[in-house]
Formats: sequence, structure tokens, C-alpha cells
Amino acid sequence: MEQALNVHRLHFAFTVTFHYIFPQLTMGLALLIVYLKTKFLRTNDERYNRSAKFWARIFGINFAVGVVTGIPMEFQFGTNWAEFSRSAGGVIGQTLAMEGVFSFFLESSFLGLFLFGEKKLGRIGHWWAAFLVWLGSWLSGYLIVATDAWMQRPTGYTLGPHGEIQLSSFWQLLINKWSVWQYAHTMLGAVQTGCFVMAAIGAFYLLTDRHDDYGRIFVKAGVLVGVVAALLQLFPTGDMQGKLITQHQPVTLAAMEGLFHTQTGAPLAILGQPDVQNRKLDNPLEFPRMLSFLTYREWSASIRGLDAFPEEDWPDMIPLLYYSYHVMVGLGTIFIAVMVIAALLLWRGKLYTFRPMLWILMICVPLPYIANTAGWMTAELGRQPWLIYGLMRTAHGVSPRVGAGNVWFTLIGFMGIYVVLSVLWLFLIYREIEQGPEPEDKRSPREDAVAIAAD
Amino acid sequence: MGTVWFCLVAIMIAVYVLLDGFDLGAGAIHFLVAKTDYERRQVFASIGPVWDGNEVWLLAAGGTLYFAFPALYASGFSGFYLPLMMVLWLLILRGISIEFRNHVHSAVWEPVWDFLFCSSSLLLAVFFGAALANVVRGVPLDSSGYFFEPLWTNFALGEETGILDWYTILVGVLALAALVMHGAVWVHMKTTGPVAQRCARLTRQVWWAVVALTALVTALTFKIQPQVKENFTTYPWGFIFPFLAVAGLAGVQFEIIKRDDRKAFFASCAYLTGMLTSVVFGVYPMVLPARNPVYSLTVASAKAADYGLKIGLIWWTFGIILATGYFVYVYRNFAGKVSVEKDGHDHAFES
Repeated sequence: MEQALNVHRLHFAFTVTFHYIFPQLTMGLALLIVYLKTKFLRTNDERYNRSAKFWARIFGINFAVGVVTGIPMEFQFGTNWAEFSRSAGGVIGQTLAMEGVFSFFLESSFLGLFLFGEKKLGRIGHWWAAFLVWLGSWLSGYLIVATDAWMQRPTGYTLGPHGEIQLSSFWQLLINKWSVWQYAHTMLGAVQTGCFVMAAIGAFYLLTDRHDDYGRIFVKAGVLVGVVAALLQLFPTGDMQGKLITQHQPVTLAAMEGLFHTQTGAPLAILGQPDVQNRKLDNPLEFPRMLSFLTYREWSASIRGLDAFPEEDWPDMIPLLYYSYHVMVGLGTIFIAVMVIAALLLWRGKLYTFRPMLWILMICVPLPYIANTAGWMTAELGRQPWLIYGLMRTAHGVSPRVGAGNVWFTLIGFMGIYVVLSVLWLFLIYREIEQGPEPEDKRSPREDAVAIAAD
Repeated sequence: MGTVWFCLVAIMIAVYVLLDGFDLGAGAIHFLVAKTDYERRQVFASIGPVWDGNEVWLLAAGGTLYFAFPALYASGFSGFYLPLMMVLWLLILRGISIEFRNHVHSAVWEPVWDFLFCSSSLLLAVFFGAALANVVRGVPLDSSGYFFEPLWTNFALGEETGILDWYTILVGVLALAALVMHGAVWVHMKTTGPVAQRCARLTRQVWWAVVALTALVTALTFKIQPQVKENFTTYPWGFIFPFLAVAGLAGVQFEIIKRDDRKAFFASCAYLTGMLTSVVFGVYPMVLPARNPVYSLTVASAKAADYGLKIGLIWWTFGIILATGYFVYVYRNFAGKVSVEKDGHDHAFES
């Protein structure tokens, strides 16, 4: 059973990690596309509209992959985590069903109109289509985060006669304090992915001296929105997440920080390798007393280390959790530095010609993906050994009759299909970037027909 | 409250079958009715802007099933583990083939997308039929409330059933035939020229197969699942459902000969609705019959607590009204025949 449990976990981890590569970009881009469409309405500058169209094409490709890789997530609750579904389905099924009913219908209906219906809808109508696609995708994000937040901090439930978890307050489920802050933090992460991708492609165009006008629009939009998102990511949203973890999952905080022993004036570990067996952090590079200050705003506050908790309640992959958390925070700090410097250069009017900064913006593009993934790993590994924190252990949530052999079979199947998807996706995105936002520029006759038909 | 949700989930599944049914059918007949690239793009254009929204009904129905009947979701999904995973793979390949065909044009890629589109649609139709047949036939649930079915055992209806046996395969074939008919009347309605002509001919031909298989499967079902016979004899008003199916089926042939393509499509919808509601009526109050009737999951034993179901009724009604609004809006914008440019992309909304 132990063996099957680990494969079930890997199955979900693999499919959800791959899936989230796509929504983090589309949720971020949806906002930026609304920004570009709004600029177009305000300034009447056709370049903003062309920019929006270019990004809509990138959006469309990512959205398609996001949709098809998202369907397995809902199914897996039933197929792989049947005991969890049986107990908690009456609660988390609410938010998952609401996602289908409220956001998927909205997104799928208006995405088609947004991508192909500009002529029919007119300028204002097309702005609305872009807006509704944004609304649908951000609503979907909320309902998923609310589901996860309930697993992190269950609320609004009672236990039935056979131990099944029954919903007792719809609003406590929907407006869980945890989910509000986790949502803000998650969406800012998605916006940063959108911003870094947009700025990177803009920087690429400027560096290669192509589509200069568009390169400037992209870099400017990416940096302006990105600097705000990067700062808000740290404070207040990241800070509040930390406080909630301190309050509701103190053992997770200790594991994330690699704090093995309870300490007053606990240091903040910047680097170091947790040695779980010997209960210490190797080669530590620490900021003295900083952890106490960040957590309680007091330099000498006492922080409970892992030794304050029974070992059976420790997260089961402490090193991976520790690294996920440190990678997330480290990258978040780098993003603030990059975006603030880029914004200052933009303000001084030097960004578009200062090649080293354009280079940095271009090569930073994989980093927000890594940071978002590391953030989710921190949340999910940190919740272990619980599936629903304090209520159900992960080991008790799996499907009792689905053995390791079958799970490996489908995991390998997903891996194969996702490799093919990745190659196709890279190829399509590369083609769009090569083709660029300008309709008349070096296009094949076939694409010309599209541009004419779409104009 | 449980029965209300039983009906609502059944309605959502029926809407899914009616809507996604025609685009699955369009995929299954892709090679039969469209020979050139131009014709194939007509088939894609006929479902292009709506297939994605149609598929959302599957997700929404799944989510609704999840919160209204968590025990059913847990038992059913883990018991049908392998076929469901294969359905997921097929849905992925199908979605990608439709979306990416518009982006990658080359003599190498286009046949690949066409083949993926057709084969995945075809297999999905068979799988969905077989899945429904499994529910009707009953699954090897035991006292734990769980079961696990391999893909097949010996293809017989014994103790150790697999997902595929002669009965479920037969229903799978019926589902394929019915969706081929449904897809053909849809594509017929949306297109012009040789594609529409081939669709009309195909409808008339496959109609005979649907009639024969429907009669055969109905007779077998009464034998295999005793609850069906019991329900129809206890509540004879239920015969309205099979009557709807028969009337719809007759209507398809009648309207196709009369060349009224819209009415033919609606007749096909009536047939599918009649068939599905007959099944639902026949198995109620069971939601997942067991081979050993003692362990069957019923509406009462599988439903969630009442508070959640009541709250759900409020937001569900509100949400479905909104969704219906979007669908009416999109389908209105997409009304009429699709126009495909001879050498360009297809703009369904700009016809």
C-alpha cells in the first residue's frame, strides 16, 4: 500500500505541475491583454490592438494546452483519491462544481468570440470579450485556490455520523481567510509570469532590432505591471501567508525554515542544507534574529522548532520543502530587484536602449515559472503528512482498490503524452514569436488572408 | 433533495451528450464525408467555436456529480480507473488536434491532426457507450463500497466482469452509430456542397444500424437489469421516454428525406434524450447498480448532506441560467452555414 501511495502522489504532482505551466501564463496574460485593449480604446493607436492580437494568439495556444491538461485534475480526485473524495466531496465538490458552472462556461463561450469575432463584435464588444475571458480565468483561479485553502485550513464543516465531512457554512468555505491571501499571492505570481514573458519577448525584439515599436510596448507593459506585482508579492501577500502558516501550521513553518530546535531570536537561514537525521542545518548562512522579527515583529520572539512537535506530524519531505520555499523566496527577491531597476531605467527613458538590462529581462523568462512551481510545492509539501490539515492524513485518502501497477501505467502514459504536448507547444510559440505582431511583415499568403479577414 | 440532484445531474449529462455528441460524431465521420483539405476544414469549422464549450458540460456535470454524490464519484471513478484515464488521453489528443490544426499547416501535419481527430472521437463514442452499459449492467461492488474492474476478463457477463464484455461492447457500438447519425445531421445542417450531400446519405444509411441496434440493446437490457422492467411495469407513465426516442428516430429519417436539416437535427436530439432518460428512469433509485444487488449505490446512500445540496441548488440555478445565456448568444452568432475560405483560415463568426 505504501508503494501505491507514493505513486498516487507522484501521479498527481506530475500532472498538476505540468498543468500549472499554462494557466499561470494565461491568467497573467489575460490581465495584460485587457490592459492593451484598454490602451487601444483610449489612444486609438492601432499598434496596441495589434499587440493585443499577437498576445491573444499566444494566449490561445497556452489556453488550449491548459484546458486539456486541466481536465485530468478534476478526474483524479475520484480515480486516485477516492477515500478523500468520499469523505470530503460534499465540501470541496462545491467549489470544483462552481468552477465548471461559473468560470469554464464563461471562458469557453467568450474565448471563441474574443479570438475570432473582432469584426462582428466591434471595438467595445471586443473589449468586453477580453474582459470576460479575464474574469472567467481569474474566477476559476479563485475557486481552485479556495479548494486548496480548505485543505490547508478546513473550515465551515461538521463531521457526520460515519465520519464523513459535511458542509455547514458555505461562506466559510468560500471566504476562508486563508484562501483570500493565498489567492492574492497566487494571482500575483501568475501576473509576474505574464509580465516577464511579455517583457522578455519585447526585449528580444529590441535586441534583434525587429518590430521595434512593439518591443517597446511589450517591455513597458511588462515592467510597469511587473514592478507592482513583484512588490505586492512580498508585502503584504507573502507576509500574510507566512503569518497564517505560523498560526495554523507551525510545524510547517519550522520545516520550511529548517529550524530544528526551538529558539528565542531565531535566525533566518539564507543558505544551508537540512540534515534531518542529525537534526541540524549544514553550512548555514544565516541572518541573526531575522526569523523572529519577520514572524512576530520582535527580535527576540521564541519560534518553535521541529523538536516542539511529534515526529509523526512533521512534513515527510523536509529537504524538498525547505528548498522549494527558499527557491521561491530567493527568486521573488531577484524579481523585485530586476523589476525595480528596469522601472527606474524606464522612468529615465533609457530602458529601450540599455542592452544589458534588455538581456537580463530576456533571460529571466524561465524564472517566474520556477518560482510559481516552487511556491505550490511549498504549499503542498508543507501540508503533509495531511491531505486535509488536521483532519485526514494523505495515506488515508487514496483509492483502496487502485494498485501501484495501474497507477504507474497511467503515469507513464501521461508522461509520454505530455512530452509530445511540450514539443508541439514550444514549436507553436516559437513560430508565433518569429512571425511577430505585424501583419504585413514577411508573412505567407495564407496568413495574409487571415490578417485581411480579421481586420 | 437527492432525487432533485439525481435529475439535475442526469439533465447535465444529457445536455453534454446532445452537444458534445454532435462534435464527437463530426469527428467520427470526418474521413467519410470530407475528402479534400477544403472539405475537411468545413467539418472543423462546423464545430470550431463551440466544441470547447460543449465539452465544458462534461466537466460541469462531473463537478456537480462530485459534490452531490461524493460516494458515487469515489466508487465509480476509482472502479473505472483505466477506461477513465484513457478517456482523458483521448480528450487531450482530440482537443489538441482541433486547436492546433488551425495553427500548423503542412502536408505532414494535417493528416496527423485529421487522423487524431477522427480516431479519438470514434473511440470516445465507443467508450462512453460502454461506460453507460457498465452502469446499467452493474459493477462488482462489495461491502466496502468499492470495486475495481480490469478492462476485460473473458467478455462474459459472469461474476468477474471487465469493463468490456459482449454487452458493453454492443452498447458502445450503438453509441458510436447514434453519434455518427447525430454528427452527420449536424454537419449536414452546417455545411453546403459535397460534404452536406455525403452527410445526408450517411444519415440514411446509418439510420438502419441505429434502429437495429436500438431494438437489440433494449431487449437485452430488460433481461440483464431487472430493475428496468420493474420500473416500467410499476410506473407505466415512464414509457413516454422510450416513446420520445422512437419518435425522434423516425423523425430523423423523415426529415432527412424531406431535406429539413434543422428538424432532422432536433429529431436526433429527441432520440438521444429519449434513450438517456429511459436508462435513467430504468435504473432509479440506483445510481450505480452492483452485480450483487445488496451492495448497489442508491440516491439515498450516495448523496451528500442536505445543507450542501440546498445551498448548491441556489448557485447552480443561477449559474446554469447564466451559462444558458452564453450558449444562446454564442450559437446565435454561429447560426447558419459555415463559410470556409478557399485558402485561408476559417472565421466561423464572420460568415
